[in-house]
Amino acid sequence: MSDTDFDVPKALSGTGGWLDDRFHGARGFRVLMRKVFPDHWSFLLGEIALWSFVILLLTGTFLSLFFVPSMNEVVYHGTYTKLNGIRMSEAYQSTLNISFDVRGGLLMRQIHHWAADLFMAALTIHMLRVFFTGAYRKPREVNWLIGIVLFSLGLIEGLFGYSLPDDQLSGAGLRIFEGVLQGIPIVGTYLAYFLFGGPFPGHDIVPRMYIIHVLLIPGILLALITAHLFIMFHQKHTQMPGKGNTEKNVTGQPFYPYFLAKGGAWFFFIFAALTLLSTFATINPIWLYGPYSPVAISSASQPDWYMGILEGALRMMPAWEINFLGHTLSMSVLIPFALPLTVILGGATFWPFFEQWATGDKSYHNINDRPRNAPVRTGVGIATVVFYGILWAEGANDVIADKLQIPLYTITWIARISIIIVPPIAFFVTRRVCLGLQRKDRNELLHGYESGIIRQLPHGEFIEVHQPVNEERRAVIEAKKVPALLPAPGAEDENGVPAPGSRGAFGWAKGVANRAFAESIAVEADGHGNGHHGNGHGPGEVGEAGEEHEAVGAPGSAAELPRGEDES
Amino acid sequence: MSDMEETEGTEGSGVPVAPHRVIGTPPPSPRLLGSTAVAEDGGEAPAVSEDEAADHIEGMSPDDPRMIEHEKRAERVVAACFTLAFLAGCGFVAAYVGLGVHSVDKVLRSNLWLGLTLSLALLSLGLGALIWVRSLMPNVETTEERHDLRSDDKDRKAFDQYFRQGTANSQFVKRPLVRRTLMLGTLPLIAAPIVLLRDLGPQPGTSLRHTVWSPGRRLLVEGTNQPITPAQFTAPGSMITIVPEGYEDDPDALTKAAVILIKFAPGQLRIPTSYAGSTLIGTMNWTVDNIVAYSKICTHVGCPVALYEQTTHHILCPCHQSTFEATTGATVIFGPAPRPLPQLPMTVDAHGFLVARSDFTQPVGPSFWERG
Repeated sequence: MSDTDFDVPKALSGTGGWLDDRFHGARGFRVLMRKVFPDHWSFLLGEIALWSFVILLLTGTFLSLFFVPSMNEVVYHGTYTKLNGIRMSEAYQSTLNISFDVRGGLLMRQIHHWAADLFMAALTIHMLRVFFTGAYRKPREVNWLIGIVLFSLGLIEGLFGYSLPDDQLSGAGLRIFEGVLQGIPIVGTYLAYFLFGGPFPGHDIVPRMYIIHVLLIPGILLALITAHLFIMFHQKHTQMPGKGNTEKNVTGQPFYPYFLAKGGAWFFFIFAALTLLSTFATINPIWLYGPYSPVAISSASQPDWYMGILEGALRMMPAWEINFLGHTLSMSVLIPFALPLTVILGGATFWPFFEQWATGDKSYHNINDRPRNAPVRTGVGIATVVFYGILWAEGANDVIADKLQIPLYTITWIARISIIIVPPIAFFVTRRVCLGLQRKDRNELLHGYESGIIRQLPHGEFIEVHQPVNEERRAVIEAKKVPALLPAPGAEDENGVPAPGSRGAFGWAKGVANRAFAESIAVEADGHGNGHHGNGHGPGEVGEAGEEHEAVGAPGSAAELPRGEDES
Repeated sequence: MSDMEETEGTEGSGVPVAPHRVIGTPPPSPRLLGSTAVAEDGGEAPAVSEDEAADHIEGMSPDDPRMIEHEKRAERVVAACFTLAFLAGCGFVAAYVGLGVHSVDKVLRSNLWLGLTLSLALLSLGLGALIWVRSLMPNVETTEERHDLRSDDKDRKAFDQYFRQGTANSQFVKRPLVRRTLMLGTLPLIAAPIVLLRDLGPQPGTSLRHTVWSPGRRLLVEGTNQPITPAQFTAPGSMITIVPEGYEDDPDALTKAAVILIKFAPGQLRIPTSYAGSTLIGTMNWTVDNIVAYSKICTHVGCPVALYEQTTHHILCPCHQSTFEATTGATVIFGPAPRPLPQLPMTVDAHGFLVARSDFTQPVGPSFWERG
């Protein structure tokens, strides 16, 4: 009896048949079940975000059954006796009740909060993975843009979510948010008054944030996540370079049963990790913060991690205010509020199109780049990460000052200076490292890898045996693609006519950017490359390994070398 | 040396014997619970079509007794995981039923057991599923062709043709009057959502310029809500928070009207008579008996400036570390705040209690466009 020869339960086959009679699904679902999903650890990052979102929906639904989104004032008399007799809003009181009087309420609250932090973290790391591997390139630009919207909405969703309990810490955060809104030119005061229903704090903000937090933004997130997944499904996932992987195929395991079981397991693991965190690591203990009061504040007030960059930007900015035709322009608020997010999210939005413009590359990309093979992109990515990191760390400057015993103002000054000079340094260093790794790849291909075998030659010299790389490794290294060279900046033909697309300042900038993107260490040079594979190096040849055989350039443009890398 | 000689010995054959492994990298993973590391030999076909699903885990055939033994073991592990998940799930229900809440200790106990059992159930389910996939399911790798995403020219052309025909039938192009009045008709409706949002809140008017402080209103100590005489506030170097009488518990009022009171030793205060534009914002004349009253609301984004360092007379906002010099009219010495903290004009009433002489002479708190 063969494996496939078993009785499908009547309930299943009957239902399947009933559905197919009505929906013509057999063919479509078979395709769906056979759908191939490539395997790579970094492809799980987006899934973490997806599953965190599912867990957020589950726990959030539970919390909404008990939470009272009201700012009516009550006097607390309840389980948490330390707050007995204290005036607080119903929102705060119901959060105390969820924590102390609903069985499992504290656990659900903590899972919800941890899941929100994990959701944003997973989104961030997933976006970094997509960026560094170039997975946003044609045809996936739309999914990249959807991701940026998801990230931005996630920020607001998180801010509104942790502000709902109306506790001291989040109330201070809301006050900062209101103060920033007020600073927006022309409409700021009105925005703040309309959002809060009058002067801060008023009685409207919690119910308004509530409906935005539980209905409006989750609805949009759900729709966009669905679109994100459908597009990914329709366009098929990218794959990493490897043997047999081409731009025209996709290799991996089918959805049913492999991806289904692995994805399910991954969901359980993430849920388990969040539950373990929530069991043992307290998060947002609002009963310790107390209800919000506009006259009180505690030191070391930090928002949730994803808001840290805005907090840090506000802390870093020196005082600067200008009077513009009788109006106040508070640059010490506006710049930190707008600049970092504009640089990062705006930059991310335009990057795929900028890269396409600079490289002139209009082709489809289904095989991911290794980060080293795109030094400019990787450099820009690392510079952005460093830019973000400095702002983020500055958001905790008081904690750093306290723990490391460094004067507070010194930390702020270090941050102010390094935000300007460190990202460019990070760019140049990363670019050099990428080119160095390309050289290593090239050497590995030409001379084999270091096998770890030490041999003694007849005349006494010790050498390390180099082995030719295997097929898989060779495929990975040879998958490198270098953007084609466009006409050089200011290039003219013999009649003095500039090349098409290179006219004017834009054309010049395009030429310069293109030169930067096309810079690469050629994998094959001097006819050295392919001739060698298959047979290892004889002992006499090993000494060559140290020599430099390099040429710089892009395939198909051997005649015209760009600036820079030619060291020989 | 023996290693060396052994290597030397192979030289004659011209084929160096060496493991395919780079120093510093982990060895090929042992098949604990069936990790299916990519075979290093590279001799296999890259992709097996799904019809000829092959078990090529470490090259063992499915009939190999070791393979059968391995799968048996994996099956038992998976079953154990799922059983554990069942037990932990039952434990979760039991903890829910058996462990009450309504006190901090009980909540912590309930949280611990609910969390532990739930984590264990979820973890076992995940682990069981993972081992199942990796050790029991045959390692099928398939390759799918990608189809062109771009429609072919024929389809594009057909689409274009139909679109043109449809548009022509609709007369949209031919009858500009209909087209333009349609656009005109929808235009106001686009503005409707914005118009409808108008009643979300009142217009700000000049409300950000004023607080509830008025001449003769008493300064109450926050917390006790008692008025205070200069004689009661004796300790030099201390700072207390003040709320206006009649608005002790009104968050809307306190957001702007909260005040800090600082007592100095004689001769320490050096408040210059200072103006912002034409507005008087600070003077020694508003202090009483070396006591000065500043707005507690930071001029940056409105956090309460709650930290006071007695030895240096620095007032610090814990949110973004704007630092104000208390002896010279709360001038900014560090951080993002653009202006000094406004000073509340103060005097004593007939009973000797501290009262406001007037409202602040300039808007308190963060900047806003209309502030000027």
